[in-house]
Amino acid sequence: MQYLKYITILFVAILTLTACNIGNSKNKNEVLFQCPMKCEAEKTYNTEASCPVCKMDLKPISKETSKIAVTDEISETSIFNLTTKWNTEENETIELEDLKGKTLVMVMIYTSCKAACPRLVADMHNIEKQIPKDLISKINFVFVSIDPETDTPKKLKEFAIENFMDDEHHTFLQGTDSGVREFSNVLAVKYKQISPMDFSHSNIISVFNSLGELVHQQEGLGVDNKETISKIIETVNN
Amino acid sequence: MLFFFGINANCQSKMVTIKGGKYIPLYGRDSMQVAISNFYMDVYPVTNQDFLQFVIKNPKWRKSMAKKIFADKNYLANWKSDTALNATQSLKAPVTNVSWFVAKEYCECQGKRLPTVDEWEYVAMANENLPDARKLKNYNEFILGWYEKPKTFNNEIGSTFKNYWGVYDLHGLVWEWTSDFNSVLISGESRKDVDKDSNLFCGSAALGANDLMNYAAFMRYAFRGSIKANYAIRNLGFRCVKD
Repeated sequence: MQYLKYITILFVAILTLTACNIGNSKNKNEVLFQCPMKCEAEKTYNTEASCPVCKMDLKPISKETSKIAVTDEISETSIFNLTTKWNTEENETIELEDLKGKTLVMVMIYTSCKAACPRLVADMHNIEKQIPKDLISKINFVFVSIDPETDTPKKLKEFAIENFMDDEHHTFLQGTDSGVREFSNVLAVKYKQISPMDFSHSNIISVFNSLGELVHQQEGLGVDNKETISKIIETVNN
Repeated sequence: MLFFFGINANCQSKMVTIKGGKYIPLYGRDSMQVAISNFYMDVYPVTNQDFLQFVIKNPKWRKSMAKKIFADKNYLANWKSDTALNATQSLKAPVTNVSWFVAKEYCECQGKRLPTVDEWEYVAMANENLPDARKLKNYNEFILGWYEKPKTFNNEIGSTFKNYWGVYDLHGLVWEWTSDFNSVLISGESRKDVDKDSNLFCGSAALGANDLMNYAAFMRYAFRGSIKANYAIRNLGFRCVKD
């Protein structure tokens, strides 16, 4: 109990201190100006002028304070609102909410896929390789099968082993037809079965924060994944 | 007594049998026949009245309660409140401004499901007398004429023609959700990153660009390819089917 008291006092003290800091810096902060068309992306100016590219008047911008609610509650846009059940490659039954707490990097594939999926998996590998080792434990790379009939937990496990992804931070999911359809709709991934063995599908890698909110999507195969990687790192560190 | 009967009749909307078969969808070639099994389809689209009862029973789908991930800000946009329509809306008009998620759940609540794109198109190619009227000029003119008419979503169910199967309002009232609308790989982003999406485009070219049948259906496929599941759109409603 004694400890708790100290912690509380410390916490209040820190809060008060930081509050002071914010007050101070606010006074010092000048208004920044930016082109409303963002011709020069995020570039800002200290004075009111016109954009050198499109000649429009620069508009004052309010400095974004990243306010991330320190709460465990899931928001309205969280994928954890989906309540369908999934089987993992370890043959456990879970809901998406069980993945809460880690940054999620999700992709939809099917294991018998010969064309796009190996490249998508390679993209996932590449992304993973470029993330600092100490952050990996805070990330879960999730592969959702769009072919739940073929991709049983056993099949998914084999696939994980084959692709050197049979560890803690890789999860493979088998859903139901309607669960997968629903999930793909949340991700805006389109797919269609074109033969018993073959699907065509859009290639999208999605990044979610630990509360299941979408923060980034990378579309296409073998595209530059720099932005995705920096988003993942940013999300983990938040 | 009569009151109860009225409610019951509403809860289980009338369905008719659709006899399955094979057909070539818009994007198909001869080798791409689609097989449809027998199923039942609602005779009418789901009405405002049906949907009102649904949200009364399922508070989580009320206008103010629905989560953003499942329904965007246009969800039931024209309703006066959570459980009341606007004065200009008819109880017997098809419900619109509903998302795919809520449409899916509505059907599941009744032990039904949304039709697939293939099923919907299969039934919708009928006119009054023929199961497949796609080649007829007046069938296509009717559909294209409707595309030009404004605000048909305010009309009451049953105000268009009864087709070969006994199904009303597939054309002429509202567009309808399908379970796998997201299987249509035609949107901007999918064109660049989806393999094998060329069937749709090639198919349409093969059938001839001046083909009216093509144009009417192509509009529907294009529309489906452009929407997301949480969109709630003014002229988009739904109906259910059952195996």
